[in-house]
Amino acid sequence: MISVQGKGVSGGVAIGPLYCYQRAKSTIRRYEVEDVDAEWDRFKAAQTKAIEQLGELAEKAREEAGDEAALLFETHQMMAEDMEYEEAIQTAIRDKKLNAEAAVTDTAAQFAARFAAMEDAYFQARAADVKDVSDRIISALTGVVRGGIDSPVPVILAADDLSPSETVQLDKSRILGFVTEGGSDSGHTAILARTMGIPAIIGVGDQLKPEYEGREVIIDGSTGNVVIDADEDARSCLLRKMEEQKKMRELLEQLKGQPNETKDGQSIRVYCNIGSPDDVPAVLANDAGGVGLFRSEFLYLNCDDYPTEDYQFEAYKKALSDMGGKEVVIRTLDIGADKQIGYFDLPKEENPAMGNRALRICLNRPEIFHTQLRALFRASAFGKLGIMFPMVTSVWEVKEARKMCERVKEELTKEGIPFSDHVEIGIMIETPAAVLMSDRLAKEVDFFSCGTNDLTQYMLACDRQNADLGRFYNPHHPAVLRALKMVCDNAHRNGIWVGICGELGVDLSLTETFLAIGIDELSVSPHSVLPLRQKIRETTIFDVKQKILEDLLSDENTI
Amino acid sequence: MKSFEYTITDPVGIHARPAGILVREVKKYASTVTVIKGGKSVNALKLMALMGMGIKQGDTVEVTVEGADEDTAAAAIEEFFKANL
Repeated sequence: MISVQGKGVSGGVAIGPLYCYQRAKSTIRRYEVEDVDAEWDRFKAAQTKAIEQLGELAEKAREEAGDEAALLFETHQMMAEDMEYEEAIQTAIRDKKLNAEAAVTDTAAQFAARFAAMEDAYFQARAADVKDVSDRIISALTGVVRGGIDSPVPVILAADDLSPSETVQLDKSRILGFVTEGGSDSGHTAILARTMGIPAIIGVGDQLKPEYEGREVIIDGSTGNVVIDADEDARSCLLRKMEEQKKMRELLEQLKGQPNETKDGQSIRVYCNIGSPDDVPAVLANDAGGVGLFRSEFLYLNCDDYPTEDYQFEAYKKALSDMGGKEVVIRTLDIGADKQIGYFDLPKEENPAMGNRALRICLNRPEIFHTQLRALFRASAFGKLGIMFPMVTSVWEVKEARKMCERVKEELTKEGIPFSDHVEIGIMIETPAAVLMSDRLAKEVDFFSCGTNDLTQYMLACDRQNADLGRFYNPHHPAVLRALKMVCDNAHRNGIWVGICGELGVDLSLTETFLAIGIDELSVSPHSVLPLRQKIRETTIFDVKQKILEDLLSDENTI
Repeated sequence: MKSFEYTITDPVGIHARPAGILVREVKKYASTVTVIKGGKSVNALKLMALMGMGIKQGDTVEVTVEGADEDTAAAAIEEFFKANL
């Protein structure tokens, strides 16, 4: 068994023989032409042919993957007839007397280099488009037909990298998945693979050897794992996953685009908890409405020193722009207690759960907080941002944190750096103090998000990491549920929304309770979104609401 | 000559697709349309040059329209920016 690791960019498990993509290599001849007018006509004819082909591909893509995929080829058409591109080719033919193939090759290299040098990853990836368009014109000039798949059975296709037109020209009925040596997350191969629902793994480098061709390979697009000649255990494990994913996909098809609404019309937002911008594709694939909790700790855990403002800004910006305008709530630094980071040099504490952690660290060390807030507000120009502070106990803490936000906004205004005026500021409700003060706290913020893991631990004074306390640590405890109701009532009385971002959100036995007390949002892991949606859609809240609310306050309730 | 300023709201900025649609729109008019950002100016008929400016969300661009049909063209192109970018 050989295991190779790449980056999964399109989910799903596929099994089949490995096939290496055969690309017709045309070596470009380079020579001086006598009749430059005739050479220019050759180019114009090839350009027209390429534009026609792209028109046909656009139609094919429209049928297979929809309007978005078709637009890609329509854009390629426009690139093929771009004025500046055409002028550069014309100059190369007329002034340098180059043959058309060489003129196109040189111009392509020049334009691709310009995109490759740009800062933004999206624009960098466009270098591949220029090359793709140019290759097509060259194919039309030389008459060499591009490669395909010569296999009687469906295959896992391996290639160095696939251009969008190669991807769409392939016979999809014979492809089970893609593995490429290079490629990027925002490359069209990844995008098209996702649209077509085929698993794809990129960036395996030279780990995938040509001699593996024809051997059985299993790829897992969610983990980026490629296994050649899997042993029995790995094989059955992956096949089981494939089966689960098939069921999930069926569920997704049924539930995608459906509202999170009960049979009697009460709706609740279902968002996702994520730990890095890399999780965003999973959020979108599961059709969540937004991100309810983006844990910013990973930025700090991945570094050997305090992460810089720019480094943080790029990560937040990526998550916000990838979410395409859907809301993303980012929680400010939440370390301390069970999450320790060496370079913070925090003294060892007797009782870390009650110690210097989360917002407390931020307020004690404002320089760290200041850097993070600047990165956050700068990123706010790229999407719909919410900022949430963890581990709040007092009104003054929120006021101080908000003052810091105002200071950052003033600085950015002075520096002429854009930011959004519509950033929502919220707090986590995790401590009994925050529950009891929620009527006052609600006046200071735009939303509450209940972190039920810590809330349970603090309400019940029970360490959630102590295995011996299992039966004492009960998140269904009426004290916890009453706390949630109190928070919810105080939030609504003050016109703000309230969500749950702890583990409890996915507990389907409590979904009715959350609906009954009026929670506005549940933030769960991406793969829990659809099962939760299904549960909500099966519920008729009118039938159970009264009883649930009575039970919460009942004397009988003696857990 | 007519001109207007516009701040980009599209999360990805003037990327391939909107740039393509912009070129298509500009082609309808006889006027010369120029997009200016940070001292750099580009003829709006040049797709790759437009993309090459790397115009992002939050960037403010100046657009000038000059030619026989500049009144109608400027109004239509400003509408186009509002609707698509």
